[in-house]
Amino acid sequence: MSTGEEQTVSQYIQHHLTNAAVGEGFWTWHIDTIGWSVFLGLLFLWGFRKAAKKSTTGVPGKWQCFVEMCVEFVDTSVKDSFSGKSKLIAPLGLTIFVWVFLMNLMDLIPVDWLPMAAQQIGGAMGYEPHNVYMKVVPTTDLNTTLALALSVFLLIIFYSIKIKGVGGFVKELTMQPFNHWAFIPVNFILETVTLIAKPASLALRLFGNLYAGELIFILIALIGYFQLPLHFAWAVFHILVIVLQAFIFMMLTIVYLSMASEEH
Amino acid sequence: MNINATLIGQTIAFIVFVWFCMKFVWPPIMKAIEERQKKIADGLAAGERAEKDLEQAQQAISEQLAEAKAEAARLIDQAKKRGSKIVEEETQKGNAEREKIIASGYAEVESERNRIREELRKQLAVLAISGAEKIIEREIDKQAHNDIIEKLAAEL
Repeated sequence: MSTGEEQTVSQYIQHHLTNAAVGEGFWTWHIDTIGWSVFLGLLFLWGFRKAAKKSTTGVPGKWQCFVEMCVEFVDTSVKDSFSGKSKLIAPLGLTIFVWVFLMNLMDLIPVDWLPMAAQQIGGAMGYEPHNVYMKVVPTTDLNTTLALALSVFLLIIFYSIKIKGVGGFVKELTMQPFNHWAFIPVNFILETVTLIAKPASLALRLFGNLYAGELIFILIALIGYFQLPLHFAWAVFHILVIVLQAFIFMMLTIVYLSMASEEH
Repeated sequence: MNINATLIGQTIAFIVFVWFCMKFVWPPIMKAIEERQKKIADGLAAGERAEKDLEQAQQAISEQLAEAKAEAARLIDQAKKRGSKIVEEETQKGNAEREKIIASGYAEVESERNRIREELRKQLAVLAISGAEKIIEREIDKQAHNDIIEKLAAEL
């Protein structure tokens, strides 16, 4: 914690949890979230595209091996859980897994580095340094996780209707779990809750885990020199969390889409 | 919790990323993996086949070797037989030749002996006659007693 002495603890935390925003009301854009996530997404696509372009059937290079390992890992997960055939699911899973992992990985960068660098740059550009915000972990922004979850949700609905038709989808919403016309309203409420719970749980799980992790990093950063061992311990533990959350998001996406494309 | 336009931006970014991944990243990598898998499978199959071929070849080799050995043994046997036969024949022939040479030698010697004997007889006769002549030179007329000398020479 090496900010101005006039800054209080709550101000420090508040500063770390505020996004760099442009715009007013709903039309506020979190430019740090978008910037970092797009940067990481492009990094992922660039790296994997590089391996894909150079991919040979002969002896692969190290990077190609790594990329192929990721691809095979996702492909195996998809094949294990997704019964139908789809050209979309596996690349979707790969994108979610790697992108979310990279965004989560930003959490391991010491919490002050990038915000302080941003303050220096912002200060040099003539802004008041205390008003320059930089939240570097896109997955600690609910907008990101919700965007992912809503995209998956739309895909769930799309696949449900594609496989079962509109009638089948409506029937699934109204005739389960009690297959009787009198229970249609009850069924509808239950099934709608189930349906909505899927994206909500996806978004909130990822957001909650990473937000909490980030907050603990910030709190650890507040306690002076003792932060070093604590930070190390929490970072090591967090490695597990970031991989696990990326994996869970991917796996649940596959499972939900698999459920959506299955006939009952 | 401030949900705002960032949500829209992130959704668009996500869709674009997934689309790009689906179009340009996943297929070539998957293709490479599958092709390599096929290559490895082919290689393994080829290895197995080669092993089987090798086994067969070794079997064929050992068979041919045994055949060749038998053939060689047969040939050697034949050659031995032939050789002993030739030796026997040659021995016989040599023996015959020897006999013949010996016989001819005998004959030659015999004829030579006969000739020499004849000569000796003649010379002896001449000697006897000349001796007798010397003894009885004065009394015997060579001309008159030539028939006696001839007779003597024939008797010798």
